[in-house]
Amino acid sequence: MNPQESVAKPRSRRPIRVLIAKPGLDGHDRGAKVVARALRDAGMEVIYAGLRQTPEDIVEAALEEDVDIIGLSILSGAHMVLLPQVVSLLKKRKAHRIRVFAGGIIPDEDAGRLRRIGIRAIFGPGTSLESIVSTARKIAGSRA
Amino acid sequence: MNPPPSGGNRPRKASGPGARLSPTARAIRAGDRRVLARLISDVEAREPATRSILEELYPYTGRIPVIGISGPLGVGKSSLVNLLIQHLRGRGKKVGVIAVDPTSPFSGGAVLGDRIRIQRPAEDTGVFLRSMASRGHSGGVSQSTREVIRLLEAFGMDVVLVETVGSGQVDVEIHEIASTRVVVLVPHLGDDVQTMKAGLFEIADVFAVNKADLPGADEAAHHLMELIRTAPAGEKWHPRIVKTSAQIPLGIPELWEVVEAHESYLREGVPGEQARQRRLRQELRDLVTGRFAGELEDAMDRDPALDRLFQKVAEGTLDPYRAADRVYESLRKR
Repeated sequence: MNPQESVAKPRSRRPIRVLIAKPGLDGHDRGAKVVARALRDAGMEVIYAGLRQTPEDIVEAALEEDVDIIGLSILSGAHMVLLPQVVSLLKKRKAHRIRVFAGGIIPDEDAGRLRRIGIRAIFGPGTSLESIVSTARKIAGSRA
Repeated sequence: MNPPPSGGNRPRKASGPGARLSPTARAIRAGDRRVLARLISDVEAREPATRSILEELYPYTGRIPVIGISGPLGVGKSSLVNLLIQHLRGRGKKVGVIAVDPTSPFSGGAVLGDRIRIQRPAEDTGVFLRSMASRGHSGGVSQSTREVIRLLEAFGMDVVLVETVGSGQVDVEIHEIASTRVVVLVPHLGDDVQTMKAGLFEIADVFAVNKADLPGADEAAHHLMELIRTAPAGEKWHPRIVKTSAQIPLGIPELWEVVEAHESYLREGVPGEQARQRRLRQELRDLVTGRFAGELEDAMDRDPALDRLFQKVAEGTLDPYRAADRVYESLRKR
Protein backbone atom coordinates (compact mmCIF):
# COMPACT_ATOMS: atom_id res chain seq x y z
CA MET A 1 0.00 0.00 0.00
CA ASN A 2 1.21 3.48 -0.76
CA PRO A 3 2.08 5.01 2.60
CA GLN A 4 1.00 8.41 1.38
CA GLU A 5 -2.49 7.08 0.84
CA SER A 6 -3.03 5.63 4.25
CA VAL A 7 -3.83 8.94 5.88
CA ALA A 8 -5.30 10.69 2.87
CA LYS A 9 -8.94 10.39 3.81
CA PRO A 10 -10.73 13.54 4.82
CA ARG A 11 -12.97 11.87 7.42
CA SER A 12 -13.34 13.81 10.66
CA ARG A 13 -9.62 14.47 10.91
CA ARG A 14 -10.15 18.15 10.30
CA PRO A 15 -12.91 19.36 12.54
CA ILE A 16 -14.29 22.85 12.04
CA ARG A 17 -12.37 25.25 14.29
CA VAL A 18 -14.17 28.23 15.77
CA LEU A 19 -12.86 31.10 17.86
CA ILE A 20 -15.44 32.42 20.29
CA ALA A 21 -14.63 35.81 21.77
CA LYS A 22 -16.25 38.79 23.39
CA PRO A 23 -15.04 42.09 22.04
CA GLY A 24 -15.45 45.18 24.18
CA LEU A 25 -16.21 45.75 27.78
CA ASP A 26 -19.42 44.00 28.75
CA GLY A 27 -18.86 41.15 31.15
CA HIS A 28 -21.69 38.77 30.32
CA ASP A 29 -20.32 35.65 28.71
CA ARG A 30 -23.02 33.13 29.51
CA GLY A 31 -24.39 33.25 25.98
CA ALA A 32 -20.92 32.86 24.50
CA LYS A 33 -20.29 29.84 26.70
CA VAL A 34 -23.59 28.20 25.81
CA VAL A 35 -22.82 28.63 22.11
CA ALA A 36 -19.25 27.32 22.62
CA ARG A 37 -20.64 24.23 24.23
CA ALA A 38 -23.24 23.64 21.55
CA LEU A 39 -20.58 23.87 18.85
CA ARG A 40 -18.37 21.45 20.79
CA ASP A 41 -21.27 19.02 21.05
CA ALA A 42 -21.65 19.31 17.29
CA GLY A 43 -18.07 18.07 16.92
CA MET A 44 -16.27 21.37 16.43
CA GLU A 45 -13.09 22.55 18.11
CA VAL A 46 -13.92 25.75 19.91
CA ILE A 47 -11.17 28.07 21.06
CA TYR A 48 -12.69 30.13 23.80
CA ALA A 49 -10.83 33.44 24.10
CA GLY A 50 -13.07 34.99 26.73
CA LEU A 51 -13.89 38.52 27.74
CA ARG A 52 -12.66 41.99 26.86
CA GLN A 53 -10.83 41.20 23.67
CA THR A 54 -9.77 43.96 21.32
CA PRO A 55 -10.40 43.45 17.60
CA GLU A 56 -6.61 43.09 17.21
CA ASP A 57 -6.49 40.35 19.88
CA ILE A 58 -9.33 38.52 18.17
CA VAL A 59 -7.86 38.61 14.69
CA GLU A 60 -4.38 37.60 15.86
CA ALA A 61 -5.82 34.69 17.84
CA ALA A 62 -7.92 33.61 14.86
CA LEU A 63 -4.89 33.59 12.57
CA GLU A 64 -2.67 31.82 15.10
CA GLU A 65 -5.30 29.16 15.74
CA ASP A 66 -6.10 28.88 12.02
CA VAL A 67 -9.83 28.89 12.62
CA ASP A 68 -12.57 28.64 10.01
CA ILE A 69 -14.99 30.88 11.87
CA ILE A 70 -14.93 33.68 14.41
CA GLY A 71 -18.03 33.91 16.60
CA LEU A 72 -18.41 37.21 18.43
CA SER A 73 -20.76 37.85 21.30
CA ILE A 74 -21.51 41.44 22.07
CA LEU A 75 -24.08 42.98 24.39
CA SER A 76 -22.56 46.35 25.10
CA GLY A 77 -24.04 48.26 22.17
CA ALA A 78 -20.61 48.85 20.65
CA HIS A 79 -21.24 46.38 17.82
CA MET A 80 -21.28 49.02 15.08
CA VAL A 81 -17.75 50.01 16.07
CA LEU A 82 -16.12 46.73 17.05
CA LEU A 83 -17.55 44.30 14.51
CA PRO A 84 -16.57 46.38 11.46
CA GLN A 85 -13.10 46.68 12.98
CA VAL A 86 -12.76 42.90 13.14
CA VAL A 87 -13.95 42.60 9.53
CA SER A 88 -11.58 45.26 8.26
CA LEU A 89 -8.62 43.81 10.18
CA LEU A 90 -9.33 40.43 8.59
CA LYS A 91 -9.36 42.11 5.19
CA LYS A 92 -6.14 43.92 5.97
CA ARG A 93 -4.51 40.63 6.92
CA LYS A 94 -5.91 39.02 3.74
CA ALA A 95 -7.86 36.55 5.82
CA HIS A 96 -11.21 36.77 4.03
CA ARG A 97 -11.49 33.02 4.27
CA ILE A 98 -12.23 33.32 7.98
CA ARG A 99 -16.00 33.75 8.33
CA VAL A 100 -17.53 35.85 11.08
CA PHE A 101 -20.84 35.48 12.90
CA ALA A 102 -22.14 37.57 15.74
CA GLY A 103 -24.63 37.19 18.52
CA GLY A 104 -26.11 39.50 21.11
CA ILE A 105 -28.38 42.48 21.28
CA ILE A 106 -28.18 43.87 17.78
CA PRO A 107 -31.10 45.93 16.36
CA ASP A 108 -32.42 44.86 12.95
CA GLU A 109 -31.27 47.95 11.08
CA ASP A 110 -27.72 47.42 12.40
CA ALA A 111 -27.88 43.74 11.54
CA GLY A 112 -28.60 44.61 7.92
CA ARG A 113 -25.61 46.91 7.75
CA LEU A 114 -23.35 44.36 9.45
CA ARG A 115 -24.41 41.71 6.94
CA ARG A 116 -23.55 44.06 4.12
CA ILE A 117 -19.99 44.55 5.38
CA GLY A 118 -19.49 40.78 5.56
CA ILE A 119 -20.74 39.43 8.88
CA ARG A 120 -22.17 36.11 7.71
CA ALA A 121 -24.86 35.62 10.33
CA ILE A 122 -26.33 37.50 13.25
CA PHE A 123 -28.07 35.69 16.07
CA GLY A 124 -30.42 37.64 18.26
CA PRO A 125 -31.85 36.56 21.62
CA GLY A 126 -33.96 33.43 21.32
CA THR A 127 -32.08 31.93 18.38
CA SER A 128 -32.04 28.16 18.82
CA LEU A 129 -28.73 26.39 19.31
CA GLU A 130 -29.64 24.05 16.44
CA SER A 131 -29.90 26.96 14.08
CA ILE A 132 -26.57 28.38 15.28
CA VAL A 133 -24.89 25.00 14.77
CA SER A 134 -26.32 24.48 11.31
CA THR A 135 -25.48 28.03 10.25
CA ALA A 136 -21.91 27.57 11.55
CA ARG A 137 -21.60 24.38 9.51
CA LYS A 138 -22.94 26.08 6.44
CA ILE A 139 -20.65 29.10 6.57
CA ALA A 140 -17.61 26.96 7.39
CA GLY A 141 -18.43 24.82 4.36
CA SER A 142 -18.42 27.89 2.17
CA ARG A 143 -14.82 28.59 3.14
CA ALA A 144 -12.82 28.98 -0.03
CA MET B 1 28.69 8.24 17.06
CA ASN B 2 26.72 10.11 19.67
CA PRO B 3 26.06 13.74 18.91
CA PRO B 4 26.01 15.97 21.97
CA PRO B 5 22.47 16.34 23.33
CA SER B 6 22.47 20.00 22.46
CA GLY B 7 23.63 19.31 18.92
CA GLY B 8 20.18 18.89 17.50
CA ASN B 9 19.02 16.41 14.94
CA ARG B 10 21.65 15.65 12.41
CA PRO B 11 21.00 16.28 8.76
CA ARG B 12 20.47 13.23 6.62
CA LYS B 13 21.98 12.69 3.20
CA ALA B 14 22.09 15.81 1.09
CA SER B 15 19.11 17.51 2.70
CA GLY B 16 20.93 19.28 5.53
CA PRO B 17 20.84 22.96 6.34
CA GLY B 18 21.89 24.83 3.27
CA ALA B 19 20.17 22.42 0.92
CA ARG B 20 17.37 23.95 -1.11
CA LEU B 21 14.18 24.16 0.87
CA SER B 22 10.66 24.03 -0.49
CA PRO B 23 8.74 27.34 -0.37
CA THR B 24 6.76 26.22 2.69
CA ALA B 25 9.85 25.15 4.62
CA ARG B 26 11.53 28.40 3.65
CA ALA B 27 8.56 30.40 4.89
CA ILE B 28 8.72 28.61 8.24
CA ARG B 29 12.44 29.32 8.52
CA ALA B 30 11.75 32.95 7.67
CA GLY B 31 9.22 33.20 10.50
CA ASP B 32 5.97 33.43 8.51
CA ARG B 33 3.25 33.11 11.16
CA ARG B 34 0.44 32.45 8.72
CA VAL B 35 2.25 29.61 7.04
CA LEU B 36 3.11 28.18 10.45
CA ALA B 37 -0.54 28.35 11.56
CA ARG B 38 -1.76 26.59 8.41
CA LEU B 39 0.96 23.98 8.54
CA ILE B 40 0.12 23.14 12.15
CA SER B 41 -3.48 22.44 11.04
CA ASP B 42 -2.19 20.16 8.27
CA VAL B 43 0.11 18.32 10.68
CA GLU B 44 -2.78 17.88 13.11
CA ALA B 45 -4.92 16.49 10.30
CA ARG B 46 -2.05 14.09 9.45
CA GLU B 47 -2.02 15.49 5.92
CA PRO B 48 0.39 13.43 3.76
CA ALA B 49 1.83 16.57 2.15
CA THR B 50 3.32 17.64 5.48
CA ARG B 51 5.62 14.67 5.57
CA SER B 52 8.28 16.05 3.23
CA ILE B 53 8.23 19.45 4.94
CA LEU B 54 8.76 17.82 8.32
CA GLU B 55 11.68 15.91 6.85
CA GLU B 56 13.17 19.08 5.44
CA LEU B 57 12.89 20.92 8.73
CA TYR B 58 14.09 18.05 10.91
CA PRO B 59 17.78 19.09 10.76
CA TYR B 60 16.84 22.46 12.25
CA THR B 61 15.32 20.93 15.34
CA GLY B 62 16.16 19.08 18.53
CA ARG B 63 18.18 21.81 20.21
CA ILE B 64 15.77 23.85 22.31
CA PRO B 65 14.29 23.13 25.73
CA VAL B 66 10.79 21.69 25.61
CA ILE B 67 9.05 22.21 28.92
CA GLY B 68 6.03 20.10 29.81
CA ILE B 69 3.59 21.70 32.23
CA SER B 70 1.07 19.24 33.54
CA GLY B 71 -1.12 18.61 36.55
CA PRO B 72 -4.72 18.01 37.55
CA LEU B 73 -7.62 20.25 36.49
CA GLY B 74 -7.82 23.57 38.24
CA VAL B 75 -4.32 23.79 39.68
CA GLY B 76 -3.55 26.93 37.67
CA LYS B 77 -1.41 25.59 34.85
CA SER B 78 -2.51 28.21 32.31
CA SER B 79 -1.93 31.08 34.72
CA LEU B 80 1.52 29.72 35.46
CA VAL B 81 2.23 29.38 31.75
CA ASN B 82 1.08 32.96 31.30
CA LEU B 83 3.61 34.19 33.88
CA LEU B 84 6.36 31.98 32.45
CA ILE B 85 5.76 33.50 29.01
CA GLN B 86 6.09 37.01 30.48
CA HIS B 87 9.23 36.01 32.36
CA LEU B 88 10.81 34.51 29.26
CA ARG B 89 9.80 37.46 27.07
CA GLY B 90 11.45 39.73 29.66
CA ARG B 91 14.64 37.81 29.07
CA GLY B 92 14.36 38.18 25.32
CA LYS B 93 13.37 34.57 24.65
CA LYS B 94 10.92 33.68 21.91
CA VAL B 95 8.31 31.29 23.23
CA GLY B 96 6.15 28.71 21.51
CA VAL B 97 3.20 27.42 23.51
CA ILE B 98 1.08 24.35 22.82
CA ALA B 99 -1.96 23.93 25.05
CA VAL B 100 -3.54 20.49 24.71
CA ASP B 101 -7.08 19.90 25.90
CA PRO B 102 -9.14 16.75 25.63
CA THR B 103 -11.44 16.03 22.73
CA SER B 104 -14.88 14.79 23.71
CA PRO B 105 -15.06 11.07 23.00
CA PHE B 106 -18.77 11.51 22.30
CA SER B 107 -18.94 14.36 19.82
CA GLY B 108 -15.33 14.65 18.65
CA GLY B 109 -15.52 18.32 19.58
CA ALA B 110 -13.55 20.24 22.17
CA VAL B 111 -13.54 23.51 24.04
CA LEU B 112 -10.02 24.86 24.24
CA GLY B 113 -9.97 27.49 26.93
CA ASP B 114 -6.35 28.16 27.71
CA ARG B 115 -6.22 31.44 25.86
CA ILE B 116 -8.46 33.04 28.48
CA ARG B 117 -5.64 33.12 30.97
CA ILE B 118 -2.82 33.82 28.61
CA GLN B 119 -2.61 37.54 28.04
CA ARG B 120 -0.11 39.17 25.78
CA PRO B 121 0.02 42.11 23.43
CA ALA B 122 -1.44 41.14 20.04
CA GLU B 123 1.57 42.66 18.31
CA ASP B 124 4.16 40.54 20.17
CA THR B 125 5.55 38.22 17.53
CA GLY B 126 7.89 36.59 20.04
CA VAL B 127 5.09 34.30 21.19
CA PHE B 128 3.14 31.73 19.21
CA LEU B 129 0.33 30.05 21.10
CA ARG B 130 -1.62 27.18 19.66
CA SER B 131 -4.50 25.28 21.26
CA MET B 132 -4.67 21.62 20.31
CA ALA B 133 -7.41 19.11 20.91
CA SER B 134 -6.27 15.58 21.70
CA ARG B 135 -8.51 14.19 18.91
CA GLY B 136 -8.76 10.78 20.45
CA HIS B 137 -6.60 8.41 18.49
CA SER B 138 -3.92 7.07 20.78
CA GLY B 139 -0.36 7.90 19.77
CA GLY B 140 -1.66 10.36 17.18
CA VAL B 141 -1.74 13.38 19.41
CA SER B 142 1.72 12.61 20.81
CA GLN B 143 3.11 12.52 17.30
CA SER B 144 1.31 15.71 16.27
CA THR B 145 2.65 17.40 19.39
CA ARG B 146 6.23 16.37 18.59
CA GLU B 147 5.81 17.69 15.07
CA VAL B 148 4.28 20.98 16.16
CA ILE B 149 7.17 21.42 18.62
CA ARG B 150 9.59 20.94 15.72
CA LEU B 151 7.72 23.43 13.55
CA LEU B 152 7.89 25.99 16.36
CA GLU B 153 11.62 25.41 16.73
CA ALA B 154 12.30 25.62 12.99
CA PHE B 155 10.19 28.80 13.02
CA GLY B 156 12.68 30.32 15.45
CA MET B 157 11.35 29.83 18.96
CA ASP B 158 13.91 29.51 21.77
CA VAL B 159 11.70 27.54 24.14
CA VAL B 160 8.48 25.56 23.76
CA LEU B 161 6.02 25.13 26.62
CA VAL B 162 3.57 22.23 26.33
CA GLU B 163 0.59 22.37 28.66
CA THR B 164 -1.53 19.27 29.25
CA VAL B 165 -4.16 18.17 31.71
CA GLY B 166 -2.41 15.43 33.66
CA SER B 167 -5.34 13.11 33.97
CA GLY B 168 -4.82 10.17 31.68
CA GLN B 169 -2.40 7.99 29.80
CA VAL B 170 -2.48 10.23 26.74
CA ASP B 171 -1.50 13.19 28.91
CA VAL B 172 1.38 11.26 30.41
CA GLU B 173 2.51 10.37 26.89
CA ILE B 174 2.47 13.97 25.77
CA HIS B 175 4.21 15.07 28.94
CA GLU B 176 6.97 12.55 28.26
CA ILE B 177 7.84 14.33 25.03
CA ALA B 178 9.23 17.26 27.02
CA SER B 179 12.88 17.54 27.99
CA THR B 180 11.94 18.98 31.38
CA ARG B 181 8.68 17.90 32.96
CA VAL B 182 7.04 20.24 35.42
CA VAL B 183 4.12 18.89 37.44
CA VAL B 184 1.88 21.53 38.97
CA LEU B 185 0.09 20.80 42.23
CA VAL B 186 -1.76 22.83 44.82
CA PRO B 187 -2.10 22.56 48.60
CA HIS B 188 -4.66 20.07 49.93
CA LEU B 189 -4.71 17.95 46.82
CA GLY B 190 -4.39 14.95 49.10
CA ASP B 191 -5.55 11.83 47.39
CA ASP B 192 -4.82 13.13 43.94
CA VAL B 193 -1.17 13.17 44.78
CA GLN B 194 -1.47 9.56 45.79
CA THR B 195 -2.94 8.54 42.47
CA MET B 196 -0.33 10.51 40.61
CA LYS B 197 2.43 8.49 42.17
CA ALA B 198 1.96 5.93 39.46
CA GLY B 199 1.79 8.38 36.59
CA LEU B 200 2.92 11.92 36.21
CA PHE B 201 4.62 11.83 39.56
CA GLU B 202 7.23 9.37 38.35
CA ILE B 203 8.38 11.48 35.46
CA ALA B 204 8.44 14.88 37.15
CA ASP B 205 11.73 16.75 37.12
CA VAL B 206 10.25 19.76 38.85
CA PHE B 207 7.21 20.18 41.08
CA ALA B 208 5.50 23.55 41.25
CA VAL B 209 3.36 23.88 44.37
CA ASN B 210 1.06 26.51 42.95
CA LYS B 211 -1.39 28.80 44.74
CA ALA B 212 1.27 29.01 47.43
CA ASP B 213 -0.52 32.07 48.77
CA LEU B 214 -3.13 29.67 50.17
CA PRO B 215 -2.62 27.98 53.53
CA GLY B 216 -1.16 24.49 53.38
CA ALA B 217 1.52 25.19 50.77
CA ASP B 218 4.38 24.40 53.14
CA GLU B 219 2.77 21.13 54.16
CA ALA B 220 2.22 20.18 50.55
CA ALA B 221 5.85 20.95 49.72
CA HIS B 222 6.98 18.91 52.73
CA HIS B 223 4.79 16.02 51.76
CA LEU B 224 6.28 16.05 48.27
CA MET B 225 9.78 16.25 49.68
CA GLU B 226 9.14 13.07 51.60
CA LEU B 227 7.80 11.27 48.55
CA ILE B 228 10.82 12.34 46.56
CA ARG B 229 13.15 11.11 49.27
CA THR B 230 11.72 7.63 48.84
CA ALA B 231 12.58 7.70 45.12
CA PRO B 232 14.99 5.03 43.91
CA ALA B 233 18.63 5.77 44.64
CA GLY B 234 21.10 6.16 41.81
CA GLU B 235 19.22 8.91 40.01
CA LYS B 236 21.49 11.90 39.72
CA TRP B 237 18.69 14.42 39.31
CA HIS B 238 16.46 14.78 42.32
CA PRO B 239 13.12 16.37 41.49
CA ARG B 240 13.05 19.92 42.78
CA ILE B 241 10.14 21.67 44.43
CA VAL B 242 9.27 25.32 43.87
CA LYS B 243 6.43 27.23 45.50
CA THR B 244 4.60 29.46 43.03
CA SER B 245 1.60 31.73 42.91
CA ALA B 246 0.00 33.52 40.01
CA GLN B 247 -1.91 35.73 42.46
CA ILE B 248 0.97 37.50 44.18
CA PRO B 249 2.87 36.55 41.84
CA LEU B 250 5.54 34.42 43.44
CA GLY B 251 8.27 31.98 42.49
CA ILE B 252 8.28 32.41 38.71
CA PRO B 253 11.98 33.33 38.30
CA GLU B 254 12.82 30.55 40.77
CA LEU B 255 10.75 28.06 38.79
CA TRP B 256 12.55 28.98 35.59
CA GLU B 257 15.94 28.76 37.34
CA VAL B 258 15.19 25.20 38.39
CA VAL B 259 14.00 24.32 34.87
CA GLU B 260 17.25 25.72 33.48
CA ALA B 261 19.26 23.79 36.06
CA HIS B 262 17.60 20.63 34.79
CA GLU B 263 18.24 21.57 31.17
CA SER B 264 21.93 22.13 31.86
CA TYR B 265 22.05 18.85 33.78
CA LEU B 266 20.70 17.21 30.60
CA ARG B 267 23.23 18.96 28.41
CA GLU B 268 26.14 17.89 30.59
CA GLY B 269 26.18 14.25 29.74
CA VAL B 270 24.96 10.73 29.76
CA PRO B 271 21.49 11.01 31.33
CA GLY B 272 20.47 13.75 28.93
CA GLU B 273 21.70 11.80 25.93
CA GLN B 274 19.94 8.68 27.18
CA ALA B 275 16.70 10.60 27.61
CA ARG B 276 17.02 12.06 24.12
CA GLN B 277 17.57 8.64 22.61
CA ARG B 278 14.66 7.20 24.58
CA ARG B 279 12.37 9.89 23.24
CA LEU B 280 13.44 9.26 19.66
CA ARG B 281 12.95 5.52 20.04
CA GLN B 282 9.47 6.12 21.40
CA GLU B 283 8.70 8.40 18.50
CA LEU B 284 9.78 5.82 15.97
CA ARG B 285 7.56 3.25 17.69
CA ASP B 286 4.63 5.68 17.58
CA LEU B 287 5.20 6.37 13.89
CA VAL B 288 5.22 2.71 12.99
CA THR B 289 2.24 1.75 15.14
CA GLY B 290 0.43 4.76 13.70
CA ARG B 291 0.99 3.38 10.22
CA PHE B 292 -0.35 -0.02 11.22
CA ALA B 293 -3.38 1.56 12.85
CA GLY B 294 -3.99 3.58 9.68
CA GLU B 295 -3.81 0.46 7.57
CA LEU B 296 -6.29 -1.27 9.81
CA GLU B 297 -8.74 1.63 9.52
CA ASP B 298 -8.25 1.68 5.76
CA ALA B 299 -8.79 -2.03 5.44
CA MET B 300 -11.96 -1.80 7.49
CA ASP B 301 -13.25 0.95 5.24
CA ARG B 302 -12.55 -0.98 2.06
CA ASP B 303 -13.14 -4.57 2.98
CA PRO B 304 -16.70 -5.49 3.92
CA ALA B 305 -15.51 -8.93 5.06
CA LEU B 306 -13.58 -7.31 7.90
CA ASP B 307 -16.56 -5.27 8.83
CA ARG B 308 -18.62 -8.48 8.99
CA LEU B 309 -16.12 -9.92 11.48
CA PHE B 310 -16.69 -6.93 13.75
CA GLN B 311 -20.41 -7.37 13.28
CA LYS B 312 -20.23 -11.03 14.27
CA VAL B 313 -18.39 -10.18 17.46
CA ALA B 314 -20.95 -7.51 18.23
CA GLU B 315 -23.77 -10.01 17.70
CA GLY B 316 -22.04 -12.61 19.84
CA THR B 317 -21.63 -15.23 17.09
CA LEU B 318 -17.83 -15.00 17.13
CA ASP B 319 -15.44 -14.47 20.01
CA PRO B 320 -13.11 -11.45 19.79
CA TYR B 321 -9.95 -13.57 19.97
CA ARG B 322 -10.66 -15.57 16.86
CA ALA B 323 -11.95 -12.47 15.11
CA ALA B 324 -8.70 -10.66 15.92
CA ASP B 325 -6.73 -13.60 14.46
CA ARG B 326 -8.64 -13.34 11.22
CA VAL B 327 -8.32 -9.58 10.96
CA TYR B 328 -4.61 -9.86 11.66
CA GLU B 329 -4.09 -12.59 9.07
CA SER B 330 -6.02 -10.65 6.48
CA LEU B 331 -3.88 -7.55 7.08
CA ARG B 332 -0.67 -9.55 6.79
CA LYS B 333 -1.73 -10.88 3.41
CA ARG B 334 -2.05 -7.42 1.94
